[in-house]
Amino acid sequence: MDFDFSPEQRQLKEQARRFLADRCDRRAVRAVLDGPQSFDAALWQGLAEQGYLGAAIPEAYGGLGAGYLELCVIAEELGRAVAPVPFSSSIGLAAELLLSAGTEAQKQRYLPALASGTLIGTLALAERPGQVVPGTISASAQGGRLSGTKTPVADGDIADFAIVATRDSGNAAATLSLHIVDLKGAGVQREVLPSIDPTRSQARLTFSAAEAEPLGAPGAGWPLVDAVLDRAAVLMAFEQVGGADKALETACAYAQERFAFGRAIASLQAIKHMLADMYVSATLARSNSYYGAWALSTGSAELPQAAATARVSATQAYQHCARNNIQVHGGMGFTWEFDCHLHYRRSNLLALALGSLSRWEDRLIDRLVAQRGMNAA
Amino acid sequence: MNFDDNPQEAAFRAEVRAWIQANAPTHLHDELELAGFGQPALRSGDVMAASKAWQKKKSAAGWACLHWPKDYGGRGATPIERVIWQQEEGVYGKLAGMFIIGQGMIGPTLMAFAQEQHKQRYLPPLASGEEVWCQLFSEPVAGSDLAGLRTKAEKQGDEWVINGQKIWTSGAHYSDYGMILTRTDPNVAKHDGLTMFFLDMKSPGVEIRPIKQVNGQSGFNEVYFTDVRIPDHQRLGEVGNGWKVSLTTLMNERLSIGAGMPTGFPELLDFCCSFDTGNGLAIEDAAVRSKLATWAVRTSGLKYTAYRSISALSKGQTPGPENSIGKLVAGTTLQEIAAFALDLQGASGALVDAAQPSASGRFQAMLLRSPATRIEGGTDEILRNIIAERVLGLPADMRADRGMPFNQIPTRAR
Repeated sequence: MDFDFSPEQRQLKEQARRFLADRCDRRAVRAVLDGPQSFDAALWQGLAEQGYLGAAIPEAYGGLGAGYLELCVIAEELGRAVAPVPFSSSIGLAAELLLSAGTEAQKQRYLPALASGTLIGTLALAERPGQVVPGTISASAQGGRLSGTKTPVADGDIADFAIVATRDSGNAAATLSLHIVDLKGAGVQREVLPSIDPTRSQARLTFSAAEAEPLGAPGAGWPLVDAVLDRAAVLMAFEQVGGADKALETACAYAQERFAFGRAIASLQAIKHMLADMYVSATLARSNSYYGAWALSTGSAELPQAAATARVSATQAYQHCARNNIQVHGGMGFTWEFDCHLHYRRSNLLALALGSLSRWEDRLIDRLVAQRGMNAA
Repeated sequence: MNFDDNPQEAAFRAEVRAWIQANAPTHLHDELELAGFGQPALRSGDVMAASKAWQKKKSAAGWACLHWPKDYGGRGATPIERVIWQQEEGVYGKLAGMFIIGQGMIGPTLMAFAQEQHKQRYLPPLASGEEVWCQLFSEPVAGSDLAGLRTKAEKQGDEWVINGQKIWTSGAHYSDYGMILTRTDPNVAKHDGLTMFFLDMKSPGVEIRPIKQVNGQSGFNEVYFTDVRIPDHQRLGEVGNGWKVSLTTLMNERLSIGAGMPTGFPELLDFCCSFDTGNGLAIEDAAVRSKLATWAVRTSGLKYTAYRSISALSKGQTPGPENSIGKLVAGTTLQEIAAFALDLQGASGALVDAAQPSASGRFQAMLLRSPATRIEGGTDEILRNIIAERVLGLPADMRADRGMPFNQIPTRAR
């Protein structure tokens, strides 16, 4: 059994960590938090130049063609650094949707640009509060023109194009179709929406007969999105595991420095047991995410179950670690000046992205029950 | 990243599988599969006799205590081969319950500290299950604070005279030998005045009283020592060095107990898929599904954490500290799952009905057994201290008795 990353993948991880320590330190994150920019464009270019964005994109489409384990390793380091970049939108969702449903011409046109960072893509799915199911979609497309409103769209203000889900007309079964829309073209209005994590932007996109190009077969949109969400969920689980580890390390370091009652607070059981519990969640999440990485990288039929397992576990762990990191810091943890809130914000944002925790819990149980049926048969 | 055996591992697994298929007590398979948590009870006969018979058979064919040296009754197998054996042994591994303490914890301690003549004499019958051992550590006043124990050992000529009381001794009532930690010097700091011995449990002056537990069973005992005499050659390690000897045992205890702990999740999932709450199947209820998801990811997290450790073993590395979480997570989960399964049954959840179908009847037994899992072999709180101090590198708790001679340590509030 070799249920671990290879020495080369570990080396890549160390390299990515060094790169991000240099290019994405706290000043870089805070420049986006406090400033007018929605993301760190220079960092995004740097990540592209390192080959990180195209790690899993085939060489034929301008990527490195290394594989998904390499991409997981990079996602973990981006999560650890709370990097203010559109990685999950552009690589986890847009590139994956193009790889799974794009025509040869669409792949040739978009994938090299996503790998090189010259184009940013995103998925425009939700239209209103609540879980997304096909029946909640009312955007429509006819004759290559798309109309409707999508909110919130992650990175919608900075993306060059969006893959937009529309409802098919004259169809009682509520099927969806996907379209590629140039967000800089006519008939597209964008509005930045304030959110709990200003280091990752959210937007409302309004389409008024915007030019749209079909992606995938008409009516095949929902199964395509559903399958790609599993792939994106594994990558996001690694972002969350990276963030959870960093929040735990930060809390441990502070608890050893901070003295109260004449001793380091890390020697108080109330604190050390909290930290031990954070370690437990982070460890379970890491192991579950490895399971997701295995399924993603081998194309296993277990991917739906593995992705939901990784996603639920990593969401719980990052929220737990980020929340208790503030608690260990006491009042200082609640200041703008300390970095605790960066993880608190990010952990709660990621918990909602790609469908919220309760949706993934539900999917996990569906899949475990299905698996049980298969085992019994 | 893969779950596959390498060629040597695959060959070993095939050999193990073939031997188990040809030799296992297959008539017990279904009953063992359904057996609950803790000691399996067999309707078809005496579990102790079945356990000893299976152990003897394994031993005769060289499949007992795989990782021990051949000279002492083992196979000299690698750690990964031991894991493969455990995976293949499957439900028959439940028959090993009464040997776990002796083979998992005491054997390694004897190997490290006993005289060669004793290793030759005692280890092979320990491996074959012909002789069963117990561990005499905890006392009424010394549980988590084990080094605070008071059972006295005084030297008289070539012998030591033991007086005191041990408690929570698993299997003392059927054990042939025991390993005992005693206080030989009360005038020095508590960790420095301890000495380890082993003794014949049938020695004059040993009295064993079973403890009736919350669940009505009696797996644990009190053991009283009145002028029990142990020859000096049965001492393990130097006089005053007993704490260090006990750490060897306890490290092995946490290793053997922490691996592959059940959480009750597969049983709960089965139950929810078939149990009608009156509003439809439990599995269709959103609140039920959310709770199940949390227990599912804890259970799979433990499984894949173990796989990471196995992978390290497979590459000849020492597993990292991640396995220290096993019992901590499993104990709490078992208790939560049991209570939830009863909750789903409403007032009927309170009923203990042996005739009930196994699926629902087992959760009551789980509920009543699960508190022990969170205490035995290191309480949840001690495990959190271990994770905090040894894994995260946090400072130790301040101790009021640090460096103080044992006989001056306060024992009650004034």
